[in-house]
Formats: sequence, C-alpha cells, structure tokens
Amino acid sequence: MAKEFWRWKEYNWHSEEIDWREGKIITAGVDVGSVSSQVVVMVDGELYAFASMRTGSDSPDSARNAMNWALEDTGMTLDNFDYVVGTGYGRVNVPFADKAITEIACHARGGNYMYGPTVRTILDMGGQDCKAILCDERGKVTNFLMNDKCAAGTGRGMEVMADLLGIPIEEVGDISMQVEVEPPPVSSTCVVFAKSEAAGLLRSGWPQSKVLAAYCSAMAHRVVSLLDRVGVQADFAITGGIAKNVGVVSRIEKELGVTALKPKHDTQIAGALGAALFGKALVEKGKGRKKAAASA
Amino acid sequence: MTTVGIDIGSKYVKIIVLKAEGIVASAKREGGFEQAQVANELLDETLTDKGMSRDDVATFCSTGAGRKVVDFAKETVTEVSAGSRACIELYPDVRTIIDVGAEEGRAIRCNDTGKVEDFAINEKCAAGSGAFTESMARALELSVEELGKISLESSALVPMNAQCAVFAESEVVSLLHANTPKHDIAKAIHDAIASRIVSMTRRVGINMPIALVGGMARNVGFVDSLNRSLEDTVRIPDDPEMISAYGAALIAADRSN
Repeated sequence: MAKEFWRWKEYNWHSEEIDWREGKIITAGVDVGSVSSQVVVMVDGELYAFASMRTGSDSPDSARNAMNWALEDTGMTLDNFDYVVGTGYGRVNVPFADKAITEIACHARGGNYMYGPTVRTILDMGGQDCKAILCDERGKVTNFLMNDKCAAGTGRGMEVMADLLGIPIEEVGDISMQVEVEPPPVSSTCVVFAKSEAAGLLRSGWPQSKVLAAYCSAMAHRVVSLLDRVGVQADFAITGGIAKNVGVVSRIEKELGVTALKPKHDTQIAGALGAALFGKALVEKGKGRKKAAASA
Repeated sequence: MTTVGIDIGSKYVKIIVLKAEGIVASAKREGGFEQAQVANELLDETLTDKGMSRDDVATFCSTGAGRKVVDFAKETVTEVSAGSRACIELYPDVRTIIDVGAEEGRAIRCNDTGKVEDFAINEKCAAGSGAFTESMARALELSVEELGKISLESSALVPMNAQCAVFAESEVVSLLHANTPKHDIAKAIHDAIASRIVSMTRRVGINMPIALVGGMARNVGFVDSLNRSLEDTVRIPDDPEMISAYGAALIAADRSN
C-alpha cells in the first residue's frame, strides 16, 4: 500500500501527577468529528487524560475506541464518570454520553479554558469544517459563522495537498515557510481544482515549498474572509488541527494583522475539553450520575 | 471554404474541421499540462490526415478555458456562444442548453438564432462538473463508464449530504462501509450532481426543449438522473464533447461570410 502522507499522528496522554481516585468530580468530553475523534477526561476541572484518533466509518465505535485509549493504563472505567458530554458531528452517536452539546459551544468553552478569559475570537479549523466563533469572558458564544460545505479552508483540503506532494502532513507548514519570496496564492477555490493547479505548478518547475506556500496562503485568505464577516475581536486564538500548521497560522496572522495566542494544550482537543467542562458544570448543578443514584 | 474550431478544455483538446458540406474531420486528445503543444500537433495531424495543410484553412477559431493559449487562432469565442451556436445548428427548436464538462458546468438560454439570452457558469466548484463523478468513481474503484451504467440498476433513494467533492468522497466510503450497494451509491452520486445542475439551469430559466452537451452527456447514469429531475428527455448529439469545437468552427464560417 502506498504511504499515506495525510495520516497524522494519533496519540494519548494522561497526567502522572493527578490521582483521579482522590477527585470529587470526574467528567469526560467526547468529540466525534468528521475526521478525528477526541476524548478528554477532567478531574475536578483539571486536565487528566486525553486521546486523539482518526474517526472511523462508525461513530459509536470511534467514540469507544478513543475513550478506551484515553483510559489506557489509568485504571479508570466508564463507571467512574460523573458525567459524559458528547460533541462534534457524531455527538448524538456517543453511546455512553449523558448529553450532547454542539461543537460551537464546546469550542468556545474549551478555547476559553485553553487560552484564558481574554480570548474573544476563536477560529476552529477542523477536518471538514471551519468556524469563526465570537465569545465572552466566560467562553459563552455570542456569534459565529461556519463553512461546512466546502473543503477549501479545512484540514481535509490540506490532507489532499500533503498526499499530492508526498509530504507528511505535520511537515507541510514548516516546508511552506522555506520560501524566500511569497508566491501568489493558488487561484482555484475548490480543492479538487487546486490539486490539478498544484500538480501543474510542480510540473512547471516550482519547488514543493513554493507550491505549499501558495496553497497555505490561499487557505489563509479563504479563512480570513470568514473571519472578516464575523468581525475579529482581540484576543484571537486558533483551535483544531490546522492550528498546528505554522504555514497557515502565520499567513492568517499576517493578513489579519493580529497575532494568535499561543496554545497551552493540544489544539485538537478544544472541543472535547469544552464538553468535559460543560459536564463539570452540570454535575455542580446536581445533574451527575452519582448524585442521581444517591438521591434515588 | 474550410474553417477549424479548436476547443481547449481543462482536460481535452478538441478539433473540428468544417467545410460547407459539413464536418470533414474531428479529433480529440488529452491536453495535460502542454495544451498549446498538444493543440498544434493534433491540428497538423488532423489536417495532414485529410490531405490538407494550415494554408487551406480560411479561419481558425478557438474556444474553451484555454482558448488564448493557441496563437494560430485569430478568432476566439466563449464556449457559451460556441455551444449555443452548435446546438441551434443541430436542433433548431432547442432553447436551453446544459453543458457539463470536466471542470465546468454551464446552463444557457438562447433564442431561435442561437443568440445567448442568459447563462450561468459554475467553474469554482467541482461539485457541478465531471470532476465530481471522477472522484466518486475513484472512491468506488470503478471507471466513470461503469459508474454510469450501474447507476441505472438502482431504484433506491440514498441521500448524499455532502456537496463538496472532497467530503462526498469520504461519505461514499462511509456508505460502502455501511454495506450500501454500489449501484445505489452510484445513483445517489448522479442524482446529487443532476440536482445541482438543474438548480443552476432554473436560475437562467428553462425553456423547452433542452439539449445536453459536454463530456458528461456520455454518462448514462447522469443523463438518467437529469431526465428524472427535469421531467423531460434531454436531446444529446452524437459527439456531445465536440459541440464547443463545432460551434467555434460554425462561428468562424459565419464571420468569414
């Protein structure tokens, strides 16, 4: 089988410092996106564990797999959760979730936790959509715009380009920064056409770095037009997989004239993080499983 | 008098050699990244084959997305005008023309002389062009011809949620994983693109009868979906992908007279 250059790294992590058995409120957020699935486990509002993996063809299985991976070597099971919130494109298909909350709300809430209360504009660049979200100091959504119709400006579009060029997706951004002079952006909007255009540019002798620079700047331009329509307010932050791509991020910053806040956590877990935080808030309002069982 | 129409499309270069008595030669070749070179070679081969040379041609007229890449064509015409002119020649009563090529879809409304009254083009998005079915065929590991054929075997109504060709490819893979039969997926694909083409055509206004041209007219699955969506049977010429080249040759002759 040919090497799959689009295939980004899947990973899991858990804290060695927190003993979850001492925790009072344990919640999980499960973000089943169209391309990737994440699970975040929080103990008393602290990030305890997470996992990120590719979404399979079946949402419940993807949710289960990500959860099992997040809980690997922790000794924790589903029974230890006070509340589980599902979010993302497949949120209604998370079999063990107590509630589903939209990914817009979760990204704002998660972005607020990751970047602090000063963040007002969150750009979530996901696998199959792109959202510009405005929120208040508590991470509550005040306005948003999204593109979920077209792959231009999404992670999927970048995966297509990585595969065409035979460059691992994690390296695309860095390589695009190797150009000395910024080339004109790829002119096609549609990813299918941009792919043909990029192939033509390669044939005409452009180095890979120049083609990637042209594609990254086209993507940045597309996203900035979405941001312009919603109206960017400082502080500005980016979440989702593309937030890890310096080629796109730096070109967005340049075109906007605004610097994005530096993330403290993995940018792909923002949605699941927000979901877990909503779960905690719900438990504090007396909606938790243990309390429900105790009062029954 | 001899005229030549050259259509430099995003995928193929097409050439029609026209005399007063009708088409004397027609040729088609993939343009790749060297469209100008392919056009020149194909032109010379086609003319030589008929015992002619460029000196025998009164006027060269080019059309298509790459119409400016060939310097021997002094006349150029848009593919909208060319398609309209050719369709009126073939079907004098046609008033609406749908042209779906590799990377573009067009809807044209014209009058009885082939003059364009209104038109719409989608050239920005693969979802309304042949590139869409090509991507989907690839995902299903079928040829585009097979995709069209098996589509006719289905009577199921499987909805396609994705509009974008890139997203639709993932959706097709998910449908396969869910054991949806390939012919049902094929029909869903053709229904989806047909509905987009019909909605674009409605914007310019549909006047019956309708002609369908461009390479997608060869896809029987798409034609079936389009006919169902329009509740009519579209007219399709024998060489639907050659229509713009034919129209360019006709316009070259009109202008010479």
